[in-house]
Amino acid sequence: MIQVLFFAQIRELLGTAKVEHSGDNIDTAEALRAALAATDDKWAKVLASDKLLVAINQTMSQWDSPVNDGDEVAFFPPVTGG
Amino acid sequence: MEHHSNQIVVRVHTEDFSVADEYALLACDKQDGAVVNFVGKVRDFNDGSAVTDLTLEHYPGMTESVLLQISQQACERWPLNKVTIIHRVGRLSLGEQIVFIGVTSAHRKAAFAACEFLIDFLKTKAPFWKLEAGDTGAKWVEARDSDQQAAKMWQK
Repeated sequence: MIQVLFFAQIRELLGTAKVEHSGDNIDTAEALRAALAATDDKWAKVLASDKLLVAINQTMSQWDSPVNDGDEVAFFPPVTGG
Repeated sequence: MEHHSNQIVVRVHTEDFSVADEYALLACDKQDGAVVNFVGKVRDFNDGSAVTDLTLEHYPGMTESVLLQISQQACERWPLNKVTIIHRVGRLSLGEQIVFIGVTSAHRKAAFAACEFLIDFLKTKAPFWKLEAGDTGAKWVEARDSDQQAAKMWQK
């Protein structure tokens, strides 16, 4: 299982903060993004954002970074703290 | 370069912080000739619309780990003694304090530079997001290119 988290407007637009994915056929962050985007039109639109960022196990990662069973993967917009 | 055993404090919470208390903790070592503090506050205008309050969301766990990493990077880059980063989350009103960054060093140049580096990196690397409420409703604050540029200036 892969724990998938969403934050800020991504969470708000999807209407959920957390989902689980089986991890089947998922080898990279991009593969997970594409699998989730296939849910429906809304998910496709929200997760298509060219500004979308991804963290794997709480570390900022790239779209081709590997994702493994048991990982925590988070999708969120550019950060705006400070 | 001589070895420094750095004292790093990172805190993320809803409660306010006292600059006087944080300064007192930072300023107690005789080896330090310089203490530089930065405080970020909720301001009333962003992109021209009036702001009444902010809600700060974050990614618990990752936030603390990123703040610790950037503190360690600052300590590798400059001869610092202490680094304190405090960031509030939750709902904040106009004029309230959001973030505190304090650094100490033997000399001022390192302390000034490290403090600026830390806020520039915090703004572009730490997973916080601001939701602004104002007279035109609530909206998520957009990341600024100028913040990205500021962080890039430290890459060399």
